[in-house]
Amino acid sequence: MSADLSLMTTYGPQLIEGFRLTVLIWLSGSALAVALGFVLGLILSVGGPALTLPVRAYVEFFRGTPLLAQLFLAYYGGPSIGITLDAVTVGVCGLGLYGAAYFAEIFRAGFASIPEGQLEAARSFGLSRRKRIRYIILPQLLVLAVPASVNLLIILLKDTAILSIVTVPELTFQVTGMTLETFTFVAPFAALAALYWALTELVAFLGRRAELRLGVYLRPEVRAAG
Amino acid sequence: MSVLLGTSALSQSVAILLIGAGTTIAVSLAGNALGLLIAVPVCFLRLSQARAARAMGIAYVSFFRGVPLLVQLLIVYYFLPALDLDLPPFMAAAIGLGVCTAAYQAENLRGGFLIIPKGQNDAARAFGYTRLQTRRCILIPQALRAAAPAIINEMILILKASSLVSVVGVEDLMRVSQNIVARDLRPLRWYMAAAVIYLVINLALALLGRAAERRLSVGYAKVVL
Repeated sequence: MSADLSLMTTYGPQLIEGFRLTVLIWLSGSALAVALGFVLGLILSVGGPALTLPVRAYVEFFRGTPLLAQLFLAYYGGPSIGITLDAVTVGVCGLGLYGAAYFAEIFRAGFASIPEGQLEAARSFGLSRRKRIRYIILPQLLVLAVPASVNLLIILLKDTAILSIVTVPELTFQVTGMTLETFTFVAPFAALAALYWALTELVAFLGRRAELRLGVYLRPEVRAAG
Repeated sequence: MSVLLGTSALSQSVAILLIGAGTTIAVSLAGNALGLLIAVPVCFLRLSQARAARAMGIAYVSFFRGVPLLVQLLIVYYFLPALDLDLPPFMAAAIGLGVCTAAYQAENLRGGFLIIPKGQNDAARAFGYTRLQTRRCILIPQALRAAAPAIINEMILILKASSLVSVVGVEDLMRVSQNIVARDLRPLRWYMAAAVIYLVINLALALLGRAAERRLSVGYAKVVL
């Protein structure tokens, strides 16, 4: 027990720092993925061929190749064409560009799921395209998109562990370093897995809350009361 | 002579690589098919009115989505024989991929069901459709159409994740390219070849997916935003 405590005082700060970095990279990478994915999904839904073809190529490349290969390309291949990025930037951008390809498809599905009659009605009421998207499309699109997005956010969270391979000092990197120095493996890796699992459960929980909130219009009893 | 030997070794390696690619396609197809089959009942558990059924659905999803795929594969491969279920590696890999992806596909599919207006279910029942007929003829086709892009996303992720199945002894594309590299020490050539093959398989999968979407969208107007 005392050995465990001394381990914690020695490695505690860098584990906390690793955890902070994991959450930070995951949140900013996911934010980038959602924002870029939304724009790409919108382009795939409304753009002409000149716009959709490059976006389609982007989606198929980033979705069709492994994240690790993309990270190697950016981190080790980047300097040879004059782009030198620090590991954390590569991590955030890599995760964001990779996730955006998947989110683009999720949002494309959302746009396609809106009944045409609703959009005709909205147009005849004189709503601008911006307002149609904000008030008619988005609330319904999100109901379809939330379960798939929670899936993807969880996948991106677990993929942050891959960043340790390109020397991003996130949680898995710190724990790996710690196990190599102390020769204790089971407890640190079990704790690591538990921590990731706790985070995924948190996302799943927030997702279920969001679904309840967003799906209000689908429940007849609420509609009658309102 | 050495030129001839070189080419024959090369053609041999290429043949091995293609066989590996075939195994990768087969194992990920089997895993994806099994995953979709399991995903439908899990999704209905999650959508059920009964609290106990919903809890079972949530438990399935959080376990298989929360535990890393590698761990799940090892459990299937090493724990099932302990229960006197001796599985060949290919089966173990397909089952491992299938039960894991089912959790994600159930959630993708559930999104598709959520957006179907409740009135359609009531109308179908009023027309005398049984609950099963309502699901099969009215609800599932619409849910599939709405969820198709997310389902294809996950199928592509599983195809890439199938590179893990070599840990349970399946000679997939990743494993055979490692074997070839171990013999002729040209990592760049063979890993690039493997990457290109993965990309081509994924492109084919994406194309098939969009064809399926078009098929499921027959009768829908193209949405003009």
